[in-house]
Amino acid sequence: MGNGTSIGRVRGLGSSHHGSHHWLAQRLSAVGNLILIPFLMISLALMPQHDYATVHAWAAKPIPSTALILIMINTFWHARMGVQIMLEDYVHEHGGKVAAWLLVNILPFAGAAFGIVSVIRIALGGA
Amino acid sequence: MAQARSNRPLSPHLQIWRWGPAMLVSILHRVTGNGLAFVGLGLLLWWVGAIASGAEAYQTFLDWVWLGTGGGIKAVTALLGKVVLVGLTWAFFQHMASGLRHFVLDIGAGYELEANALWSWFTILFGITATVVFWAFVLLR
Repeated sequence: MGNGTSIGRVRGLGSSHHGSHHWLAQRLSAVGNLILIPFLMISLALMPQHDYATVHAWAAKPIPSTALILIMINTFWHARMGVQIMLEDYVHEHGGKVAAWLLVNILPFAGAAFGIVSVIRIALGGA
Repeated sequence: MAQARSNRPLSPHLQIWRWGPAMLVSILHRVTGNGLAFVGLGLLLWWVGAIASGAEAYQTFLDWVWLGTGGGIKAVTALLGKVVLVGLTWAFFQHMASGLRHFVLDIGAGYELEANALWSWFTILFGITATVVFWAFVLLR
């Protein structure tokens, strides 16, 4: 396809056809983190105590539950892309690439799933 | 990489360049981001998992990460836990500030030498100041 046209390049038709999307998704999820993580930090800072009853009651409320689940999706997505870029820069051996590929494609999804299940259990009163 | 092992000359690397604030902020962005990804999200999962598992599991989390109740190894991990939590707070504020700097650079602004150096230093100043203010609020209020 040669060097492509300018519009072709911004539409992500680079060598892998995914570069622009990855770049844009990293920034989109960054904006999400800009809201979600300060919400979590301010909520934690404003709590009167950090004992089980207080923390559980807070996390079980609809807005905190929603924020926590969004963190499990958005922040893990953002982290996955960031770690992927780091590994692409530093891991060059074939075996390492396979290990890196397994890491960024399995670990974030497993972690996010565990987090979402935990928050749902808190919110719906399992424990 | 196959090329790296040949006798071809290498491009100048870290030790050649005079360090500037933009280089520092660039590598800090990566280090803090990956630290938050592995340590921060790991700790977050332990925390929500402990809350979801009940009062006893949550108390175990608190003992290991903050309180050190029972002494022994927990006294050590509780001290480390405080260092890690303050470190994660700093990492978040630094990553947030240098991330916002990236947004500015993405629109094509802030590449002039002086402006670039100024805003780079500002992200470092913000990261440290915000961390101090946050923990002062948490611990002193």
